[in-house]
Amino acid sequence: MSTIEIQHEAGYTGYVSEEHHHDYAGDTLLGFWIYIMSDCILFATLFATYAVLSGSFAGGLTPADLFDLNFVAVETGLLLFSSFTFGMAMLGAQQKNMTQLLLWLGITFALGGGFLSMELYEFYHFSHEGAGPTSSAYWSAFYALVGTHGLHVFAGMFWMVILVIHILKDGITAENHTRLSCLSLFWHFLDIIWICVFSMVYLMGVM
Amino acid sequence: MATQTHGGAAHGSVKEYIWGLVWSIVLTAIPFALVMSGSLSNGLTLAIILLCAVAQVFVQLVFFLHMNGDSDQMWNTTSGVFIVLIVAIVVLGSIWIMQHLNHNMLMGH
Repeated sequence: MSTIEIQHEAGYTGYVSEEHHHDYAGDTLLGFWIYIMSDCILFATLFATYAVLSGSFAGGLTPADLFDLNFVAVETGLLLFSSFTFGMAMLGAQQKNMTQLLLWLGITFALGGGFLSMELYEFYHFSHEGAGPTSSAYWSAFYALVGTHGLHVFAGMFWMVILVIHILKDGITAENHTRLSCLSLFWHFLDIIWICVFSMVYLMGVM
Repeated sequence: MATQTHGGAAHGSVKEYIWGLVWSIVLTAIPFALVMSGSLSNGLTLAIILLCAVAQVFVQLVFFLHMNGDSDQMWNTTSGVFIVLIVAIVVLGSIWIMQHLNHNMLMGH
């Protein structure tokens, strides 16, 4: 199916004639959305692995021994709130308000950093207690799943830094706005994955 | 600028984001409180955790990602529904198959 047909069917009839234009938001965002959908499959395989191995402790430590729900609640709060602050940054970008955009992006970055630090501390703590990635099939699956999510958060923060450099250099241009919209999709997607992680791994783990 | 409303990132408002945040907090607090207090039976708690998780995913999609039934989001929605199907097959299928395998190998209960 040709690009024009896709645009037409998706309702993008307004700018089919601009096909030679090298970056317009609709196609870029749809493409990025499809990347995110493929990332969903990556996480689905990790969740499936985790579910299958959720009872394989090899006689070692179980999640109920180690998980601290108060700690996880704070972690979750940080990430949830960062989803909200990213939304506020997007509003700043739409209003061409540089101060608002950078301020909220800064807060989002800090919240992401807080989340990641807590996760790393947790990994360190668990490994120290004797539940490292090699301890049992369960812990391998745990570190693979939660670690992959953490890596995504790290990538999102790295991207945020690069984007802020772009914005400081060129201002809130149409291209930077598209990039910001993609990062916004990515960041909210990570929040959605975390909802599944805290429900399936942490809450069900201590039940 | 008009192009930026297409392809999955429609404009939001402060009110929308605040509602999204409030709903997220409520739907996170309920399962955490239930598991921490342990006041309900395991089966019921499990059902509520799953219900809250699914509800919160929808809250995020609607309030933060601004998904709705608009025709200009048709491809986002179509691919999304397709992925949900694939994810369900991968996750539920794996659990189903491996449980039967464990059962046949007499590895557990």
